[in-house]
Amino acid sequence: MRRYALTIAIRKLFASLAAALVLCTGALMTPVSADTLMMAWSQDATGLDPHKQTAFSSIRLLELLYEPLVRLDPDADIVPAIAASWSFNDDATELTVTIDPDARFHDGSAVTSADVKASFERILNEETGAASRSNFTSIASIETPDATTVIFGLSEPNVPILTAMASINSAIVPAAAIAAGSLGSDVVGSGPFMLDGWNPNSNASLSPNPHWAGGVLAIDGLEISVLPDETAILAALRAGQVDFALINDPFVATLIPDVPGVQLIKKPVLSYHVLQLNPSRTPLTEMGVRQAISCAVDRQNILDTALLGEGTVTGPLTMDAYRTDVSELFCYERDLGKARSLLAEAGYPDGFSATIMAATGEPPTAAAEAQVIQSQLSEIGIDLEIEMKELNVYIDAWLSADFDMAVALNGGRPDPFTMYNRYWTRDGNLQKVANYIDDTLDRLMTQSREETDPVKRKEIFAKFDRHLAEVSPWVWLYTGYTYAAALDTVQGFEATPTGSLFGLSAVSIVE
Amino acid sequence: MHYPLKRLLVFPLVMFGVSVFVFIAIRMVPGDAITAMLGTESGLLTPAQREALRAYFGLDQNWIIQFWHWLTGVVQGDLGLSTTFGKPVLRVILTHFPLTLELAILSMLIALGIGLPAGIFAAMRKDSAADLAVRVIVMIGQSTPNFVVGLLLIFVLSVGFGILPQMGTFVPFSEDPLRNLGQMILPALTLGTAFAAAVIRISRSAMLDILCEDYIRTARSKGIPRRRVIWCHALPNALIPVVTLSGVEFGYLLGGAVLVEQIFALPGLGRVVLDAILQRDYALVQGSVLFIAFNFMVINLLVDLAYAALDPRIRLDSN
Repeated sequence: MRRYALTIAIRKLFASLAAALVLCTGALMTPVSADTLMMAWSQDATGLDPHKQTAFSSIRLLELLYEPLVRLDPDADIVPAIAASWSFNDDATELTVTIDPDARFHDGSAVTSADVKASFERILNEETGAASRSNFTSIASIETPDATTVIFGLSEPNVPILTAMASINSAIVPAAAIAAGSLGSDVVGSGPFMLDGWNPNSNASLSPNPHWAGGVLAIDGLEISVLPDETAILAALRAGQVDFALINDPFVATLIPDVPGVQLIKKPVLSYHVLQLNPSRTPLTEMGVRQAISCAVDRQNILDTALLGEGTVTGPLTMDAYRTDVSELFCYERDLGKARSLLAEAGYPDGFSATIMAATGEPPTAAAEAQVIQSQLSEIGIDLEIEMKELNVYIDAWLSADFDMAVALNGGRPDPFTMYNRYWTRDGNLQKVANYIDDTLDRLMTQSREETDPVKRKEIFAKFDRHLAEVSPWVWLYTGYTYAAALDTVQGFEATPTGSLFGLSAVSIVE
Repeated sequence: MHYPLKRLLVFPLVMFGVSVFVFIAIRMVPGDAITAMLGTESGLLTPAQREALRAYFGLDQNWIIQFWHWLTGVVQGDLGLSTTFGKPVLRVILTHFPLTLELAILSMLIALGIGLPAGIFAAMRKDSAADLAVRVIVMIGQSTPNFVVGLLLIFVLSVGFGILPQMGTFVPFSEDPLRNLGQMILPALTLGTAFAAAVIRISRSAMLDILCEDYIRTARSKGIPRRRVIWCHALPNALIPVVTLSGVEFGYLLGGAVLVEQIFALPGLGRVVLDAILQRDYALVQGSVLFIAFNFMVINLLVDLAYAALDPRIRLDSN
């Protein structure tokens, strides 16, 4: 009989463990206030200083708290934010901005021209270490004739500067916060939400800014949780714990339409997947070799294989307003015969060997892309060795142009000049990474900076797009989507091509 | 000299070795806080901007001076400032440690609660169908990675039952014990069941060895009831390998269970260290690894003391 005593003890133990599990999980379903939006994302912001943070997730959080002078709407058109109106003089050397008299910081104080001036002076101060400074170096003077007027004097015509001002990296912060040096820890912005608490990599609590010039919000607050695993985010949506989530991984996003009660909101983005060639390395110095690679690559096939078809094949310009029909671009239809003959003309009839680097997990599709490209290029005799690198190692190699070829996901900007002058002008900050420049590219970029007529700018960029695709310093592949998942009860969110969450200010929760 | 005292004296030496190693290792990793923060955008910085940021992150001084500053701080109980949290490193560690400690204790309780009875049970019925079943379960348990178990638990609960413990916003035990336990039970089960398999195996084989010993036969022949022989004579000796194993495992768990913390979104020490490495937050990496090393040494000392308590034949003092 004694042996049964032990058996029974073990059974009791299992039974009580199981009971505890059921009890605890049941107890957890604590209801939250119906009007607080529960949001989840897998990567948290890395800091709070809007002028310094360039990480995607930091910008997403800061866009809810701070405001720039102007903003981009879902169609990527420039609309008022802190600035109520703006105008260039005829030769685009002076930009006059009028501030919305209703604009208020979280503490209720008015946003004045002094705050605008102090914010831009901080960005331009090299001590700050603001990466966006490079967009504003043509600002020669900032005048503030009255509390709501700011006049930017420019050392050279600069039309795209207005689009650069739409970034949260040029947010207007209180002059007092700059003087106090408190921007890294305290958030006093003029955006729709105020930050009540932030535990890095865990959670953030936001409440509506009662002074916001944009009006009254329909939700009582926003609770953001960091759930590092996106399949766990999907589970939390299913269980109704989360109302709204950002999804990075296209594989997870494709599962969402099958989840009852959850809607997927997707929008084409400006950032682009690209095969970067390094034209300073033999034999990529030869245009024929680069063009052969462009002809040998089947972009749609890489998109379908690596990204489950979740995207659109693109040329260099990814914004709707400037996109060229890809059938008009050089060799966007795969042509192996042409690729082989280009390669032979360049003196490499049997192909060559090279390395291709990719960052581990960034983007999640990088390794798959490298593999598909490897197999496609092997068909014209190019033998690629794949080097997977940790992100920071990859960035170091990328910045010092220490690679033959690289699979990259590069950020896009709403204006082609702001997006590409860093690479494709003679004095671009990242020309040393791009390693290719010619007179046509340099001239077209300069023209686009000076031209104020939108129709003529469009023509300039169309030429730029075609030329860049033809000389093939890089092989542009496709753009993906930005994904948000929301319960059906969440309504009114509009996504933008930059991935902004500003649309949360218009969201309401219906029962 | 008294054994624990002797061991305590070695602590500072080991800690110093660990700190030198960590200090150098994290700096050998390519990339720095600037590229971690700005990514490829850091290519847009002017030399003056880069210098200003290097000064901000304390990267402008040479390693020896950085190490000296850090070491003198550590001796005074100041582990430096975390650049990602903007708070003192020690405060960051102490806010995240209770969760890690709680998770470690809970999963140990689960592992030992399942493992020991099952191991003893299997040993007593060696080669029976029940023993075989236990051994098969152990094999499955040991060969299933815990992230698979974790994801399966989440999947089954959310898809099958539409319930899931509140994830994301972590509630400390002191604030709301019931909610806290609810958040901890799945990760603790995930970690606990995997370790339970190891406990079953080791306690079963230890028990089998001991049951063949002469003193067990003697005890039985003296007419001591079987149950008493098992619990009072065999078990304490069979526990020694279990204690060793548990000590090592507990030490690991106190360093944070990175994968399980990722899956269940628990802000424990494992994720702090992982994020600190990814962000190249040098002070936080150094501080937390030092803290983990310290815990490990304390656990090892406790394990040694436990041997002596369990088996008086073991003498820790050398003479």
